[in-house]
Amino acid sequence: MRNSVLLLAMGMLLATGQPGLADDAELIKNTKADHEENGRWYTSDDIPTYKIAEDGTVDWPTFSGFRRYNAECFQCHGPDGAGGSYAPALATSVMNIDYYKFYETVVNGKQEVNAAQNLVMPALGENKNVMCYLDDIYSYLRARGTGDLGRGRPAKKEKKSEAFTENENACMGE
Amino acid sequence: MKRLLTAVGMLALCAGNAMADAELQKMMDDPNQWVIQTGDYKNQRYSKLDQITKDNVKDLQVAWTFSTGVLRGHEGSPLVIGDVMYVHTPFPNIVYALDLKNDGKILWKYEPKQDPNVIPVMCCDTVNRGLAFADGKIFLHQADTKLVALDAKTGAEVWSVVNGDPSKGETNTATVMPVKDKVIVGISGGEFGVRGSVTAYNIKDGSKAWRAYSMGPDEDILVDPEKTTHLGKPVGKDSGTNTWEGDQWKIGGGTTWGWYSYDAEENLIYYGTGNPSTWNPAQRPGDNRWSMTIMARDADTGVAKWFYQMTPHDEWDYDGINEMILTEQEIDGKTRKLLTHFDRNGFGYTLDRVSGELLVAEKYDPAVNWATEVVMDPNSDQYGRPQVVAEYSTEQNGEDVNSTGICPAALGSKDQQPASYSPETELFYVPTNHVCMDYEPFRVSYTAGQPYVGATLAMYPAPDSHGGMGNFIAWDGKKGEIKWSIPEQFSVWSGALATAGGVVFYGTLEGYLKAVDANTGDELYRFKTPSGIIGNVMTYTSDGKQYVAILSGVGGWAGIGLAAGLTNPNDGLGAVGGYAALSDYTALGGQLTVFKLPN
Repeated sequence: MRNSVLLLAMGMLLATGQPGLADDAELIKNTKADHEENGRWYTSDDIPTYKIAEDGTVDWPTFSGFRRYNAECFQCHGPDGAGGSYAPALATSVMNIDYYKFYETVVNGKQEVNAAQNLVMPALGENKNVMCYLDDIYSYLRARGTGDLGRGRPAKKEKKSEAFTENENACMGE
Repeated sequence: MKRLLTAVGMLALCAGNAMADAELQKMMDDPNQWVIQTGDYKNQRYSKLDQITKDNVKDLQVAWTFSTGVLRGHEGSPLVIGDVMYVHTPFPNIVYALDLKNDGKILWKYEPKQDPNVIPVMCCDTVNRGLAFADGKIFLHQADTKLVALDAKTGAEVWSVVNGDPSKGETNTATVMPVKDKVIVGISGGEFGVRGSVTAYNIKDGSKAWRAYSMGPDEDILVDPEKTTHLGKPVGKDSGTNTWEGDQWKIGGGTTWGWYSYDAEENLIYYGTGNPSTWNPAQRPGDNRWSMTIMARDADTGVAKWFYQMTPHDEWDYDGINEMILTEQEIDGKTRKLLTHFDRNGFGYTLDRVSGELLVAEKYDPAVNWATEVVMDPNSDQYGRPQVVAEYSTEQNGEDVNSTGICPAALGSKDQQPASYSPETELFYVPTNHVCMDYEPFRVSYTAGQPYVGATLAMYPAPDSHGGMGNFIAWDGKKGEIKWSIPEQFSVWSGALATAGGVVFYGTLEGYLKAVDANTGDELYRFKTPSGIIGNVMTYTSDGKQYVAILSGVGGWAGIGLAAGLTNPNDGLGAVGGYAALSDYTALGGQLTVFKLPN
């Protein structure tokens, strides 16, 4: 999956005639909503993303990501994805690593324990409150990372779609 | 000099525990030492030392400093036993014994080995609120819930016992309280669905004496259904399960990570229990007893004498764990044994600590709005209950609804940062938060060892006020009135110290140690330490000279807004980012700063 996306990205770079190294950077930068599937927007690379209407209305999954981030992540990572004294600013991190790296880190956790620091990210792979909403959280953080979404609670949101509710219920087990 | 002899005698005396207990009380009464985190069993944080006065405190200067080698939130304070100062750190919980007779030379250092996986299970930073001392032993309660007794002279491990299981979210941030031949130990993890408990271990060998859960069957919560009372009435059978639906009490929260106090005459220990879990009230109908409760328990058996539940069926995460300060004051011409408690929910409570009778319940921050009052009429069916305002009820507004403008925020009008009390002014000096919130509860699923929160919240400085996020107030506990209030830009997250010199000390998140006049609140001195202060101010003497010491090292819950500051989503886009970020004032640190008057 990761490779195919990389190839796609390289193809895109070649097609637009950009010289130089084809790394993940272009892929990571792309947040443009391209198509919708089951109430969620994706980029042309099939990576979950946000869609904010001109009047500021955010898509439901991104709003859901705001809520879940503030329940599951903000205790360590600070309000609005801005970082705390405890853990890095995720709004910045998601613009530097790709979706798959993000996903892998949340599932398996991460440790940087040495003389200078004690940074430990727990493995959240079995936590439904995180995993059922991971793409939501990702879209929210990406919107924060590009600055397209301001700080605080999004003022306007789209309605929760039936498809989203169905997926949510299936995942949360109700 | 007498103090030194007492201390040496203490270290040598390991035989009789009853004797050790009397010795410990005697050491607490000696203002030259600081032998317990809370200053004394009453949690008054008051020192009889009077060399530093409101007239000369302006000349205070730094005597010496010590880097702890750890960059994290530093809560609690050092202890001084005889001529030795004991300094602790956040995770990995290093202990240093410093020789005050020899420029603070390190006599010994103890560094436990702990699994770093405990770090993310600790809600809100890897803080530790300090060491305890009794019977020649230093007690370290580590993050991973291991309680270690160290030989105070050598740092050698005497015994250790494990109190909880971090893989289930059970951790520790608190200190412990030695009482007679036991040491009283609490537990953290309310955000992980932990069922809170208090455990007494025998000081001699670390064996378990008793454990009292906050909720569950009567034999678990150690009550006598006929004799244990709630506001004067017997609690009755099954009081720890019959206000819960199904088995929710098994993951019911009510953790016990605050401070403990003790009345030797009544032989009662006092503490508060934390929030019921989850933060989504719709998932746990009922009063959720005995979360959010002030508890008075027999020190020998753990059996409860009385309870008072402050916030039945919590809907805002107003943990009831803040300290219980014991005083003797005159009410209606009669001297009474009182207990005063500044709850997270914004009410300052005064109770008769013998009977558990509720005497005063008043707001100690005018911004508090989630309840109009606490009913004081014993004949009312609402007696002792806060009258919740529908607009701010996250239960009544329901799941998936954002309740806005609730004051205080989840971190409370005051968190664990302990207040002090001066018997001279009869005032309490209270570090407070002046922060409000929006709160939206939603469905959450329980997985052992994983966060179990179920609400999203946004916090911001109290609207229509001075714009800051804190106040430092003087409170009259008998009347339930604010005497004076100092506005602070950030929450005051540092434990206060009152002294016989008429001075009150506290630290600020920017890193200032401040000294104010105990009567008027006028600022007398400030010094900016290397990092934000969330530690507690303490004082002691060495060679007959008074010193004041404070740990710096920003972090904890208070560190959450460090990077970006807090914003008020209701202010509209124009004001977003208008509130100062703490990172403009301070950075991570870990240092002890010790002050004295010039020679």
